[in-house]
Amino acid sequence: MRETPLSNCERLFLLKAIEEKKRLDGRQAYDYRNIKITFGTDYGCCTVCLGKTRVLAQVSCELVPPKDSRPTEGIMFFNLELSSMASPGFQPSRQSELLVTLNRQLERCLRNSKCIDTESLCVVSGEKVWQIRVDVHVLNHDGNLMDAASIAAISALCHFRRPDVAIQGRDITVFSPEERDPVPLSIYHMPICVSFAFFQQGTYLLVDPCEKEELVMDGLLVIAMNKHREILNT
Amino acid sequence: MAGLELLSDQGYRLDGRRAAELRKVQARMGVFAQADGSAYIEQGNTRALAVVYGPHEVRGSRSKTLHDRAVINCQYSMATFSTAERKRRPHGDRKSSEMSLHLKQTFEAAVLTQLYPRSQIDIYVKILQSDGGNYSACVNAATLALVDAGIPMRDYVCACTAGFVEDTPLADLCHAEESGGGTTLALALLPRSENIALVQMDARLHQDHLDALMEAAMMACKGLSKVLDSVVRQHLQEVSVLTRE
Repeated sequence: MRETPLSNCERLFLLKAIEEKKRLDGRQAYDYRNIKITFGTDYGCCTVCLGKTRVLAQVSCELVPPKDSRPTEGIMFFNLELSSMASPGFQPSRQSELLVTLNRQLERCLRNSKCIDTESLCVVSGEKVWQIRVDVHVLNHDGNLMDAASIAAISALCHFRRPDVAIQGRDITVFSPEERDPVPLSIYHMPICVSFAFFQQGTYLLVDPCEKEELVMDGLLVIAMNKHREILNT
Repeated sequence: MAGLELLSDQGYRLDGRRAAELRKVQARMGVFAQADGSAYIEQGNTRALAVVYGPHEVRGSRSKTLHDRAVINCQYSMATFSTAERKRRPHGDRKSSEMSLHLKQTFEAAVLTQLYPRSQIDIYVKILQSDGGNYSACVNAATLALVDAGIPMRDYVCACTAGFVEDTPLADLCHAEESGGGTTLALALLPRSENIALVQMDARLHQDHLDALMEAAMMACKGLSKVLDSVVRQHLQEVSVLTRE
């Protein structure tokens, strides 16, 4: 199903309102919507509600052989899916531009910034490492999926506990949660994406655009930062 | 990092350049007779080929047609022999799709699409040899190809990468410098109006260093725009000499 296009009068109304420094939901230009983070019963399950945008992240792990080029590092795999319940325009089969952009942005934000210590995920060098898989599902789309997805992913990674392992020579014993407490991942810092939407060739800047504002915007700038004032990627 | 020193004490980089020096740029336009516009660019060891078809009727799905402007369709791919290890999936993987998207966004900002409603402009870029700065080489090659095709643009689009090593910004990174783990900033600029078409940054950088890095990238882009301009003028001279009786 195609997305319903934005009518001209709605577009004009939004642009005029932004010129007068007013937003649809009454926020200021640099205000975020309310963020609610809830964790599920399983380790690594996290739901983030950014206003009406809802995103679910789940982290899981598996022992796999490592990549040939990096035998002592674990593998991080990110997957974001736009489920059809999020918006009528999302179709499950199509590789849409938005999906590629969100996936790549999430990958770059979390993997290239080296927020997780991948060396600690190594069990037997060259043979077995942990592959941490982060699956993010978008449940409701009301704008600013990137921020919600990054918050959900990093919260789920912080919440996740992987099973403890013991190595004796070449034998690897993986303990179940009942035998030994699971171990958290070693996370150096928490990168969070912030989105800025540009209007009227950059004259007006809004933080955290909602869906209607996203349809009208000229450009988007996404910056991932952590609390040590380091910019991780844009 | 052990071994490779990206910036020596005397201020020389791995390939003997200074911190703010660009690699040697050589470019040719009008490489293919069949295409509307084509260009080949060499930035150091990175080689890129760009081909432009258009503006023509929208092919494929008619639903993509925009009633008031042209659609820009970009495709980025790398030749399998372009990197040190043979590339198994030259196109269709996520990185290529992301690059194609970025190229499309960059050129939508620069090309005057309002002049060609209901039509499509195709830009195909291929990397023949990859030694860092893939995105910048693509953008520069595509700019030259668009000029060769005669498609009106607001300004040249020049792109360059910049990095940061020990408080010094480096311009135009090669592959070893990019994968060294330091910061990489790719910037696409319209030099005359100093409008930024696209900026992309990877890896950690402290907030205070961002200004210096952006400045270095903008200076590099402006230098590159002079080179591209001279290439275009030279090409026009050659063509006009050939067509003159």
